This record gives sequence, structure tokens and C-alpha cells, in this order.
Amino acid sequence: MKILVCMSVVPDTTTKITFTDNNTRFNTAGVQYIMNPYDELALTKALDIAEPAGGTATIIHVGPADSEPAIRKALSMGATDAVRINAEPLDAQFVAAQIADWAKDKAFDMILTGRESIDYNGGVVCPLIGAMLNIPSIQVITKLEVNAGTATIERDIDGGREIMTCTMPFAASAQKDLCEPRIPNMRGIMAARTKPLAVVEPVSVKTGVEYQSFELPQPKQGVRMISADAPEELIHLLRNEAKVI
Amino acid sequence: MSIFVFAESSDNQYKKSSFEAVSYAAEVAGKTGTTVTAVSIGKADNAAQLGEYGANTVISINGPAFDSFNSEIYAAAFAEVCKQGNASVAVISNTYCGKAMAGRVAVALNASLASNVVDYPDTSNGFLVKRGVFSGKAFAYVNLTSQVKVLALTPNSVEIKKNGSAAVVTSQSVAAVSSTCTVTGTNKITGKIPLTEAEVVVSAGRGMKGPENWNMVEELAEALGAATACSKPVSDMHWRPHSEHVGQTGITIKPNLYIAIGISGAIQHLAGVSSSKVIVVINKDAEAPFFKAADYGIVGDAFEVLPKLIQAAKSATAS
Ligand SMILES: Cc1cc2nc3c(=O)[nH]c(=O)nc-3n(C[C@H](O)[C@H](O)[C@H](O)COP(=O)(O)OP(=O)(O)OC[C@H]3O[C@@H](n4cnc5c(N)ncnc54)[C@H](O)[C@@H]3O)c2cc1C
Repeated sequence: MKILVCMSVVPDTTTKITFTDNNTRFNTAGVQYIMNPYDELALTKALDIAEPAGGTATIIHVGPADSEPAIRKALSMGATDAVRINAEPLDAQFVAAQIADWAKDKAFDMILTGRESIDYNGGVVCPLIGAMLNIPSIQVITKLEVNAGTATIERDIDGGREIMTCTMPFAASAQKDLCEPRIPNMRGIMAARTKPLAVVEPVSVKTGVEYQSFELPQPKQGVRMISADAPEELIHLLRNEAKVI
Repeated sequence: MSIFVFAESSDNQYKKSSFEAVSYAAEVAGKTGTTVTAVSIGKADNAAQLGEYGANTVISINGPAFDSFNSEIYAAAFAEVCKQGNASVAVISNTYCGKAMAGRVAVALNASLASNVVDYPDTSNGFLVKRGVFSGKAFAYVNLTSQVKVLALTPNSVEIKKNGSAAVVTSQSVAAVSSTCTVTGTNKITGKIPLTEAEVVVSAGRGMKGPENWNMVEELAEALGAATACSKPVSDMHWRPHSEHVGQTGITIKPNLYIAIGISGAIQHLAGVSSSKVIVVINKDAEAPFFKAADYGIVGDAFEVLPKLIQAAKSATAS
């Protein structure tokens, strides 16, 4: 069992988002970076499947050297080894193309990603990789079990859940409920220091997406308080002032 | 050059988000002087109605392989008709199924891809689209430079415009690609409005004390025709299903009205809901950070406020 887990490194969830250079760049000053929470689920699931089968779970990340502490965290959770494609992750298509190109001749049984990266929220790396490698891509999975080469998968659909079977190889993206993320223990942290982390130069990919500028949402005009004794006043305002019900 | 839009359906009915996508495509077509072809895949009633939302023509693709959603098969079929029709822009809803297709369609069409699109493109100089980033904490403007563009449109981002008439529906036979995935079953939560598409959402947090108190939340939601949502700890403790968890590590939603009951308003929670047009906060703590992000607020105990609010909502919607 050979599993590849794609990982992004994102601003910590408490980050207050601001921009610099005339709103053209994300302001990284003082920002703490973490392993994308959904990728922790993907890795945990990969380990749960690979370990009993004597298989491997390789972490792959497209990003600069700054990401290495997050990669070490993935190794300390139990990943067998790691690969870093040494390039700025410009957009989802760029990242997917790098991963697909690296993985194309390595015969992975499955490629797992997080449901989305919590910074740019594309949620499309899994189907992009699937299409580039011409394998199925199954989005937002909440259950994954492998038996004799066939996976049984449950995934969220709008307003419900779908159950499917799929033979390997395939790509899938992890949704909450798939598993509880593993927390690295001391042994894992020690072991991670010496696990292989290969740095690979990117292939040239043309991107058709250019980030031009950013904008923050309009601040609220201030809250209008309503007495707890008169909730009917709220209903009245929602109907006649805000006109939303 | 022409615009193709995928009309997603569920249980033979087109989704509201599909009407938004068709209206969106019609607006873009109007601006750029081209036409809209809506593509319906699988069983769906009354494909001709897509014309009322602005589709000039409707292509319907059917057959046993299309009876249940498979992103490989659907994406390949949609991409195929896009290619045949020389599509320059392909619009898909930013739903779970839509996003699963969008990536594959973009690869098949060698196109630029933008998901989470929240507004019409600016085509005055290039093709500039606005998309949500950082789970609703910000927006980005991205220029799509490839000849073909694939857009996944966030539900509730644009208004549905119904000013056309029924369109002619052409059945087209498209050979389904083979897939090693087989859908063996579906569990639909019937009779409930999908959270991502709901115009009104009633959401509750740890302040509700326990799952046994959610009947009040559901009653209010029902009176308002709303979907229900919850904060992360509430789904972590299994008081509610994880599919209701909104926020930075849950679902990002964009309803017209978001009512938050007993939710403190942590930054990770706000991330997922701050694009809501109107926010109401009900919390017993006047210092709860959520009030800063609210339009209307009530400081009070949910267990006292809710029964009165349910009553008021019921009598208002009955009148
Ligand atoms: C990595 C990470 C990711 C996260 N992602 C998310 C996310 O996606 N979504 C999310 O929601 N959270 C997320 N969180 C958690 C977030 O930080 C908060 O802990 C969480 O949102 C708090 O939930 P709550 O408001 O329900 O509970 P609490 O913070 O406990 O707030 C309960 C509120 O209820 C009020 N209350 C209590 N009793 C009553 C009553 N009788 N009547 C009225 N009001 C009452 C209290 O005043 C309080 O404000 C994340 C945290 C981390 C670390």
C-alpha cells in the first residue's frame, strides 16, 4: 500500500487577515503557519490504512523552505517520508500540476488531500490531480475502508451522503468525520528529525490565474440592540427593515 | 465564443443554485455579446424552464451512466459538449458536486479555473473575477488568462433573474467515460434545505447546553423556512451532525440572514459566516465578540428569548 498525502501550509486559524503593497499581497508579518487542518485528517487516514498493511504514507508539499517545520510535524505524526517541491504555491492548478507530475510514474495506490486549504479555499486540488493522472477523484469523504484492493467510501453531497466503491488507484479529499487527527507523540517527534525530506525543483507550468488584489469585507455599520422582552420587534425589523424574511 | 452552464439537479429537480448559475451566465453573455447553453445531465424534470433564466438553448444528456452523480463521468460529458460548442466560459455551481466537476472540466478544457466566485466578472480589461478567500475573511480579484475559463459560482451570490421564456431542449447522446467508481447508495436528508443554499440559517452554539435543547432551534428554523447550523464544539461533541458545522474549518455560508444563538463569535466561527447579508446575535453575555459583527442583537438568555421569538416568527409568517 503506497499512499501519497498532499499537504498545504496555512495561516493559523486565529490570524487576522490583512494585506500590504496596496492590497496586492497577503501580509505575512507575525503570522503563524500551521499544517492545513484537513490535511491532518488525510494523513491520519493514510497512516491508519498504510501501517497495518506494512505500507507507506508519503507527504508532498509545494512551497518554500519556510514550510519545513510543518512538514516535520507531518513526519512526526507518522508519515514515512516527505517531498517538498521547491516553488511558491501560486494557485491550485499550479500546485496540482506539480504534484501530478511528480507522482505520475510512482504507482501510488491512492492520493489523499484535504477537503480544501483553509487559506485560498479552492477545494479543487483533488479533482485536478485526478484529472491530470486520469484516475477517479472523490471529494469530501467521511469514510474510507480498503478491502482486497477495493475501497468503500462515503462522501458528503449537498443535503446528504453518497456511498460508493472504487478500485485503486484514486484521489480523494478528506472531510471532517473521516477520523480524529493524530497528535504527534515524543517518539514520533524524535523519529521525524531523521526521516527523509527530499527537495525537488518544480517543473515549468503555465498558470492561467493571476492574483491581482485583495479586499476585506465591508465592516458592519454597528449593531442595533433589541430588548430581550420584545423579540417580536426583531421579527418586525427583519421583515420590514432588512427585508430578509 | 459562447457560455456553457451546468444545471445541477437533485431528485429530478434543478437546484436553486442552478438557476443562479444560468442567470449569471446570461448576464455575462449579455455583457460580452454571446449566447448561453445550459447543459443538464441525468434525469431532471422540465429542462425547458432553464430558458426562463436566460439559457438560449438547453442540451440534455441522459442514459444509465448518468443516473447517479460521478464526477469523472459528468465532468467528461460536460467538457465534451463545451468543446463541441466552442465554449469560452463554463459556469458550474460551487456546490460539493459542482466543485468536484469543475477541476476536471478545467483540465479537460485546458482552462483557467476559479472556484468560490462571488460576483460577476469585470471584462473591461481581461477577465477579472472576485472570489472568497481565507474562509470568508477576505476576497481576492483574480485575472483568468487562458482562452477558456471555468468558474464555480458560490450559491446565494447573485440574484435569480427570470425574464426569458422556455428554451428548446436538444437531447444529445454523449458516450460516458468508464469509471472504476460505482455509487452503491445515497442517504439524503429529505425535507431539509441544504445549508449551503439556504437563504436563512438558524445556528446555535455551546450556549444551548445540550442536544436535547435543539428542538427550539429547529422550531425557529422551521417557522422561518431556514436551515440549521452550529458551531464547531457543538459538532465535535456530536450534539449535531458535522455537516452543520460552519466556520473556518467547517462550511462557509452566505445566506441573507444568519441568526446565531449562544455562539460567542470566535474568529474561526466568524470566518465562515461573515459574508451573510444580515446577522442577528442572541447571547446572554453583552460582551460576546459576536455583537461586533452583528446587525441586530439581543442580550438575553436563549431559553427565555427563543420561545417568544418562535411565537413571533410563527404569527408573522402566518399573516
Ligand atoms: C484550528 C481551529 C479551528 C476552528 N474552527 C472553527 C470553526 O470552523 N467553526 C467554529 O464555530 N469554531 C471553530 N473553532 C473554535 C472557536 O475558536 C470557538 O471555540 C468556537 O467557535 C466556540 O463555539 P461556541 O460559540 O458555540 O461556544 P462558546 O465559545 O463556549 O460560546 C458559547 C456562547 O454562548 C453564550 N451562552 C451561554 N449560555 C447562554 C444562554 N442560556 N443564552 C444565550 N447565550 C448563552 C455564552 O455567552 C457564549 O458566548 C476553531 C478553533 C481552532 C483552534
